[in-house]
Amino acid sequence: MNTPVALTTKKDWMSDQEVRWCPGCGDYGILQAVQQLMPDVGVSPENTVFISGIGCSSRFPYYMNTYGMHSIHGRAPAIATGVAVARPDLDVWVVTGDGDALSIGGNHFIHALRRNVNLTILLFNNRIYGLTKGQYSPTSEAGKVTKSTPFGSLDHPFNPLSVALGAEASFVARTHDLDRKHMMEIFRAAHDHRGASFVEIYQNCNVFNDAAFEEVTGRKVREEMMIDLKHGQPIRFGADGHKGVVMGTDGQLRIVNVADVGEDAILVHDAHREDPGLAMALARLSHSDHESTPFGIFRSIERPDYGTMVGAQLAQVFQQKGPGDLGALLRSNGTWTVAAN
Amino acid sequence: MTDTVTQRTRREAETISRVVVRFAGDSGDGMQLTGDRFTSASAIFGNDLMTFPDYPAEIRAPAGTVNGVSSFQVHISDHDITTPGDAPSVLVAMNAAALKADLNRLEPHGLLIVNSDSFEARDLEKAGYTSNPLEDGSLDGYRLVQIPMTSLTQGAAEPLGVKPRDAERSKNFFALGLISWLYSRPTDPTLEWIDKRFKDLVKESNRAAFLAGYNFAETTELFEHPYQVAPAHMPPGEYTNISGNVALAWGIVAAGQLAKLPVFLGSYPITPASDILHELSKHKHFGVRTLQAEDEIAAAGMALGAAFAGHLGVTTTSGPGVALKSETISLAVSLELPLLVVDIQRGGPSTGLPTKTEAADLNIAMFGRHGEAPLPIVAASSPADCFQAVIEAARIALKYRTPVIFLSDGYIANGAEPWKLPDLDSLPDISVPFQTEFNHQAADGTMEYWPYLRDPETLARPWAIPGTPGLMHRIGGIEKQDGTGNISYAPDNHEKMVHLRADKVRAIQADIPPVEVRGDQDADLCILGWGSTWAAIDAAVQQAGREGRPVAWVHLTHLNPLPADLGDVLRRFRTVLVPELNMGQLCRIVRAEYLIDAVSISKVQGLPFSANELLAKIREHHS
Ligand code: SF4
Repeated sequence: MNTPVALTTKKDWMSDQEVRWCPGCGDYGILQAVQQLMPDVGVSPENTVFISGIGCSSRFPYYMNTYGMHSIHGRAPAIATGVAVARPDLDVWVVTGDGDALSIGGNHFIHALRRNVNLTILLFNNRIYGLTKGQYSPTSEAGKVTKSTPFGSLDHPFNPLSVALGAEASFVARTHDLDRKHMMEIFRAAHDHRGASFVEIYQNCNVFNDAAFEEVTGRKVREEMMIDLKHGQPIRFGADGHKGVVMGTDGQLRIVNVADVGEDAILVHDAHREDPGLAMALARLSHSDHESTPFGIFRSIERPDYGTMVGAQLAQVFQQKGPGDLGALLRSNGTWTVAAN
Repeated sequence: MTDTVTQRTRREAETISRVVVRFAGDSGDGMQLTGDRFTSASAIFGNDLMTFPDYPAEIRAPAGTVNGVSSFQVHISDHDITTPGDAPSVLVAMNAAALKADLNRLEPHGLLIVNSDSFEARDLEKAGYTSNPLEDGSLDGYRLVQIPMTSLTQGAAEPLGVKPRDAERSKNFFALGLISWLYSRPTDPTLEWIDKRFKDLVKESNRAAFLAGYNFAETTELFEHPYQVAPAHMPPGEYTNISGNVALAWGIVAAGQLAKLPVFLGSYPITPASDILHELSKHKHFGVRTLQAEDEIAAAGMALGAAFAGHLGVTTTSGPGVALKSETISLAVSLELPLLVVDIQRGGPSTGLPTKTEAADLNIAMFGRHGEAPLPIVAASSPADCFQAVIEAARIALKYRTPVIFLSDGYIANGAEPWKLPDLDSLPDISVPFQTEFNHQAADGTMEYWPYLRDPETLARPWAIPGTPGLMHRIGGIEKQDGTGNISYAPDNHEKMVHLRADKVRAIQADIPPVEVRGDQDADLCILGWGSTWAAIDAAVQQAGREGRPVAWVHLTHLNPLPADLGDVLRRFRTVLVPELNMGQLCRIVRAEYLIDAVSISKVQGLPFSANELLAKIREHHS
């Protein structure tokens, strides 16, 4: 684990498999960002494992020249938990989607976060079922017309960050597929965080839900619509930072013109706060795609990771009892001897 | 500390060869504990024995009602036995409800010991009696002994400063003392155990009750004399008394050691399998990791993830859990990774009879997956057999890189029997090497790793674990090209892979022992058994032999693949009877596989077969 890692290049992290997402899919950009980042994070391909569930995004492991498993719909966090707890020396990533993590796999997702298993979880949120050709997903907006909701969806959507923060995840962040630099910055921080790191990636499915995030991440509107969170800095955005976020006396966060309230009134972002309340409020700041939306690291706190704790408990019992002795175990409930004849 | 036990000199013990005692009381009365202690004392004394705990599904069913009755039956003997006995010769009923629930099991003229303090009007009403059975003559066919156990216990504990309400809780120890005297059990082991297990006033109260019961039996003339069951003539060696779930847990620990792999258990609490999780959680110094997962699916997924990472992955459950794990087991079939799935069967479907036994999961083990997904199945025959059998299941899983389903049942799991400790050096080495080198030369001459390049003999694929330089590879549920393991939707390749996976499981036939025919080889009638029916079949076959009805008997450990010679062996017999605690699941497989007119003997009452039931069937089919 402590031996120096051999230098690698992006090519060392690319498998020989042809990438087969639809042309123009946002997944390509995310794959590029991860492959470009990996040579710099200080791990080797043989000690890296990518586990995915089912969905377009879950093809991801096939394209990484690491150990990988394309598993079962929704179950990647559970399988990855097995890998990470058995082998805390490994660098384990989970690639999942909105349907995979939040619908069929919701249970495993929240439990991996609450246990703080050392996983880097990348959730590609395209707000649609792509692989099954266009049904609404648990993150689709209410009223969405899809193949399975011809008269509009009646479901209230999940906000993935709220779910993760509700499970008290120790690292929660958001990025989007159009900004490789930002993705790499967030992925690196997520990777370096020991414990469960959760990153929601706004990902465009140009075939079944094109331009879902255009009103927030589109190049023309980005400056006014995206709020870049930086720990320890006032939360300001827009041209020249003329807008900012304040906390009202009612505890509610609001977007204001900085000129109206003064610079000192602007909320300073604190990602390290133990209580997830502020991060939750930021996650709930925008309720639609027509409002400015925060990106970056919402929360990053220190908490022992599960696999390390399991290992430590093993070591502690080993210390107390000494190495397991099978003969002694079989005699532990008392024995008697039957003599010959 | 036996000085307070009245020395037994006045009345000589009569020697008997066996006795079946059933302790019955309210769930809160501690009957399981009482039965367990009596068993341990008998085991230490050297009797052969077999137990059968029988308790309600509700944690606390309404006190004093028939639904809340919890029983423990133990068969002790001076000779080799395998069943907990058909009809008890002694019934200890701690209250009216217990009498009502269990009286029909007691043999005619059996000894019936009742706690007469629990036959007040209210007790009778709760138990559903309209008249007092102690007075209305309905118990005339039994040797009834009435003892006010509650008040005698209270009287014994009172001088110690124990309040009557608290003292009442010790009355099971009074009963234990009584029966310990009656069957000449040594008192020291029980007293020592009480001292270890309890503290302060509770300890004192239990001691006092136990000794009071013992001395009461000695001093009063209620019983003519005590009985003695001589130690059984068992093969020489060191023995311990073991339950099926503990034997199974220890077998898993042993399998990890024999495989030189850390054990990883992913499990979710479920009756009657939870005790395996509890037991394995104690043994972290053996490198055993246990993880109580968020659900059954996750438990299997974690075990599979751990297997991918190079551990012995195990998941333990009962029928409903197997249903939930089915998709993961199918993935394991496709990934060709070792995974041990332990199913402690119980009455189904759905919640069914969670605390009662049944062996009706053979079908789900054989067929309960989507697609063509065959896997090996290994079944235990008795509590102690779990140890060896689960090592065998792990051996197959590791050697052939396949999920294996291990079948036990509630009867085996909770039952206990003496177990002659195995010679540790005789246990098999089940370790398998990880792949560490490239295994294929590409067309351009470079070496590479093919995750699905099979061993020509076992058809197992190589197992290269994360952390191995150069052998990075991706596996998944999508069909793979044989050899490279790359995604392949090619029609011919899929057909080839389906056949390869089936061939791999079938090839295990060459690696398992041929059929062993027990009983009379030349008989016309053969019993084909599997699982916990072992005990009843064994007793029935022996009895039939004594009656001059020769019977042959084949008992299966490997249910998939079946032993290669099974069809030929069964065809030698005119009649093949297949007793099962299901509707004939193995019977149907055997009929389909070998075109043999096997006859199913089915029982689905949540109870094991009694030897007499099987004996009756043998008589019926014997001509
Ligand atoms: S369907 Fe959508 S998400 Fe899936 S590959 Fe195509 S564009 Fe990408």
